[in-house]
Amino acid sequence: MTTQEWKFNAKDIANKPDLFLSGHRACAGCGPAAMMRLIMKATRGPTIVTQATGCMEIVGSIYPYSSWALPWLHTAFENAAANASGIDAAVKALRKKGKIKQEHIDIIALAGDGGTYDIGLQALSGAVERGHDFLFILYDNEGYMNTGIQRSSSTPLGAATTTTPAGSVNPGKLEKKKPITEIMLAHEMEYVATATPYYWKDMLTKVRKGLEVEGPAFLHIFAPCPRGWRSEPAKTMEYSKLSVESCVFPIWEAVNGKRTLSTPSKLIALAPQKKKPVKSYLEGQGRFRHLFTPQNMHLVDEIQRATDEKWAKLLQKCEQA
Amino acid sequence: MSSKEKTWKEISIAGVPPKSSIGFMTGDWKTYMPVRDLEKCTTCLTCVMFCPEGAIKWRPEMGKIEFDFSFCKGCGICANECPTKAITMKLPEE
Repeated sequence: MTTQEWKFNAKDIANKPDLFLSGHRACAGCGPAAMMRLIMKATRGPTIVTQATGCMEIVGSIYPYSSWALPWLHTAFENAAANASGIDAAVKALRKKGKIKQEHIDIIALAGDGGTYDIGLQALSGAVERGHDFLFILYDNEGYMNTGIQRSSSTPLGAATTTTPAGSVNPGKLEKKKPITEIMLAHEMEYVATATPYYWKDMLTKVRKGLEVEGPAFLHIFAPCPRGWRSEPAKTMEYSKLSVESCVFPIWEAVNGKRTLSTPSKLIALAPQKKKPVKSYLEGQGRFRHLFTPQNMHLVDEIQRATDEKWAKLLQKCEQA
Repeated sequence: MSSKEKTWKEISIAGVPPKSSIGFMTGDWKTYMPVRDLEKCTTCLTCVMFCPEGAIKWRPEMGKIEFDFSFCKGCGICANECPTKAITMKLPEE
């Protein structure tokens, strides 16, 4: 990783032309679309994007239109990372033959939570083990939203989806969310980080850092989905903010396994009274609406307890490192 | 899509979508549209950052923020996040 830090302000980012163009068919208030537009502004030069099937792939490539203003390859659900390894190998081969003059060509693999947590996990694990130079960006909207809001292993406990409906028998999803970043950290990667679009400066810095790493890097971005979460489209960024403030999704980065909290989460660690109850995050989301009935209230307490426990563990991990 | 366009069977394998989505106006999806109070706006660019459509443009040469209603889907993120509450969502008739 280079030591020189990338400095920018809002105007620099606003001045940069969009690489994920207007006219895509995402729902109004789409969190992943807002995030996609922003992260593409953190690229530093020639970049190739490969994307697994998912909401963001569909909305940006409905024939005959494409929303991508840079080389973009679509691939099947399971192999965004495998595709990225192929691109990396091709770039290396062409460079050896002298056909590529550029100093660096960045490769970004994009996938949703389905394409990372469930279907794409083995391809990702393999590509990381082989040490290909690419940045894997996971946009996590906690479910298979484009096929009709089915549960994925990223869907949190208690959330209602079409395959884990809330009713008299079950109060939504019964299982916890899979700790994907811990799995990626266990691969001993140079760079693993979590981010959310409300803290866009932090997110863009992390994207740039991930691109600068020689070798694989993993970035987990939490992006609210108003359609699947059954929340107000206008409140997308509010939920992105609340997820950090309630410690449901703390943001941190780990360079060579050394974990540090990023500023928004660090402020909460320093002043615990600023930590909001998870209730403030769960309220207003239709997928958690059933939790606020007398028979399910205990689940809210359970989610609060699990969140506190996870946060305490994370603080420990950050101190130890 | 016009009838002259090639179908998916006729395009080359690993074909390229020939058109930029800038030609596809999504602006007619909206019910409410953002209206900005220029006196309250401090051009902090928060709305430019958070717009999922890229419909809010920063024009550095004029030092102005411009709304492109041909893409705005009327989600209201800009109105919700504006720190000075300079943006309100209104029905087009209002």
